[in-house]
Amino acid sequence: MTELKTSVDFKKIDEILKEYNYNKTNLITILQKVQAIYRYLPEEAISYIGENIEGLSPATVYGVVTFYAQFSLEPKGKYEIKVCDGTACHVRGSMPVLEAVRKKLSLQNGKMTTPNGLFSLETVSCLGACSLAPAVVINEKVYPKMTPDAVLIIIDTLLKENE
Amino acid sequence: MTDKKTLFINDTEVEFTDEKTVLEVAKKAGIEIPTFCYRPDLTQFGACRMCVVEVEGRGIQASCTMPPRAGIKIYTNNNKVRKIRKAILELLLAHHDRECTTCSKSGSCELQKYSMEYGITDIPYVKMKQEEFSPIDASSPSIVRDMNKCILCGACVRACSEFQGIGVLGFSERGSLTKVQPMAGKPLKDVNCVNCGQCVSVCPTGALTIKSDIDNVYDLLNDKEVKTIVQIAPSVRVALGEMFNLPSGENTIKKIYSACRKLGFDLIFDTNFSADLTIMEEASEFVERLTKGENLPIFTSCCPAWVRYMELNHPDMLNHLSSAKSPQGMLSPIAKEIAPKFYEGFNKENIKVISIMPCTAKKYEAKRDELKGETDYVLTTYEFAKMIKQQGIDFNNIDEQEADSPFGQYSGGGTIFGASGGVAEAALRTAYNIVTGKNLENLDVMPLRGVDKASRSKEAAVDINGQTVKIRVVSTLAEAERAIKEVKEGKADFQMLEVMACPGGCINGGGQPSACKDLKTKENRAQGLYKEDRELKIRNCHENPDIIRLYSEFLEKPGSHKAHELLHTTYSNKSQKIKV
Repeated sequence: MTELKTSVDFKKIDEILKEYNYNKTNLITILQKVQAIYRYLPEEAISYIGENIEGLSPATVYGVVTFYAQFSLEPKGKYEIKVCDGTACHVRGSMPVLEAVRKKLSLQNGKMTTPNGLFSLETVSCLGACSLAPAVVINEKVYPKMTPDAVLIIIDTLLKENE
Repeated sequence: MTDKKTLFINDTEVEFTDEKTVLEVAKKAGIEIPTFCYRPDLTQFGACRMCVVEVEGRGIQASCTMPPRAGIKIYTNNNKVRKIRKAILELLLAHHDRECTTCSKSGSCELQKYSMEYGITDIPYVKMKQEEFSPIDASSPSIVRDMNKCILCGACVRACSEFQGIGVLGFSERGSLTKVQPMAGKPLKDVNCVNCGQCVSVCPTGALTIKSDIDNVYDLLNDKEVKTIVQIAPSVRVALGEMFNLPSGENTIKKIYSACRKLGFDLIFDTNFSADLTIMEEASEFVERLTKGENLPIFTSCCPAWVRYMELNHPDMLNHLSSAKSPQGMLSPIAKEIAPKFYEGFNKENIKVISIMPCTAKKYEAKRDELKGETDYVLTTYEFAKMIKQQGIDFNNIDEQEADSPFGQYSGGGTIFGASGGVAEAALRTAYNIVTGKNLENLDVMPLRGVDKASRSKEAAVDINGQTVKIRVVSTLAEAERAIKEVKEGKADFQMLEVMACPGGCINGGGQPSACKDLKTKENRAQGLYKEDRELKIRNCHENPDIIRLYSEFLEKPGSHKAHELLHTTYSNKSQKIKV
């Protein structure tokens, strides 16, 4: 996993901090923007944000990062697969979909990103797309009414694109 | 008609005025409501729910966050409330390392106390297994963190960010995984902790405790080759008694001397003596800077947490810090270098110096590279009281004795070091004398006194030979940061800045018996020191005969070459911040 971690360009973080006036009320947005660059939040980036926003500290920013499921301390894949496990999706069979993906990508021991950094997998709570249950979102695209077979076809397509 | 308001507590009518919470109203009416997270000096948090009461028509409410309203009926301890509190205790204990016998907080732990009071005899939940325990963090020279005893009340998190503005500790994760820890669970020694110990002071359990040096000190006391010299800091004398059920603020210094002899210390010096010495050096340094107009305002340097804060966060301003060592830092080299000339059988090689301090950061100070080998061990007030108990010394009925002199006598100026504003007041008395050759007409500089929340930043202006000298006194590093900002922006109009990291000064230090539940404790301790100052024959540091003799026989004058060798130190950039 460590090879996926990148060194942090603090100038880029400075730009983001400046854009949001170093204001602590903008912390979530700042973290989202930084995560968009690295596909995760590197520890140094968290420290840097904590040290440079008045009223915050590395420990408090770390607290926010670990509180919200949307933030990750480990690099996410090029394709972020989100399997909805809200009530509607759950009863419509989201778990078999999740299991199929996990098997296909050989994700084990709680690891949620493939060693090559191509895919990461997570479950999310309700996406608000209950009429499409069970729904899967890969990056920004929504895939409706998933089945284990359907989701594997999608992954195969993505794999081919990246050969 | 007055705007007298009343409410009912347990069917008794109770008056209230400007109290902010039902808990405070009850306390004033003589009813103590149990709580873990409520700390009057910190923001109200409502985390632990121990303080729940039943409010007629409104059900169960947390009294620490509920404002009082006229006419409401409150029941603080009916059966419903008792059952809820018991359930809360059981749930807290379910996820707690319950090995009380080996816990250093045992006896002063609030969780233990309430469990006993509420008759908890059985926990109906599965006990935590050894393999589920988190490792103990003993990396800091001052503080031990044991998260298996944390009840997530958040008092330490608030203390670190509200008092000190640092925020070393924060909550991370959520739900059942929530824990309090430094950034990414790093050990305390690797983060920007200043070792002030306020987190320890507000912690209701054994999650944050003082790193003990008791066994190290016993080893020295039992070593026949070693001569031990002990020194006792100003504010220890007005707080130690509390550990023996004496009222807070009672000055027990003569009993302390006696207890030290019984414990087997060979010589007893008083840190108050070297507080006088600190003033001699610092006041003359101040006068020199005033004359030259250099490095002003001068920052006091006796608080080790503050010194570390400067080195970590403002390395560009270290020239403002007085180069004078702290009283602890001055007495140790005097004890090793000069005391052998007065006391037979003592030499530099066989002397070990132990200091008794109200402070956890002093443990760190003793280990600073710049001061290594001078103070051998630091005991906090809390540890010292434990030793007295362990040795079976009946502290309350012990005889009163004197310290050894030279190096045991002190002035009122040295004594008041323990309260926020005391150092500045003593320095002012001596600086005035250096410049004018006369003593201040009124030695009590009242505007610099006070240890409550409103007195965390105070000022006094004094005319010295036609020049107005303005002094700012702050306690808590959050206030210090504000003062520094003024200096950086060129807005500061004061020439001296006294900083104590703990709110109210050393009397409320992290090594003292905890004073976080009652605001009066701090006040009483400070009054104890000011009382001693008033009653002492000598109130000016420069009039202490031991001090005069020390200079005439060994150090020439304040600021001399020899004085610099023994009594001054250096600071360095220790910033851990990410540089771009």
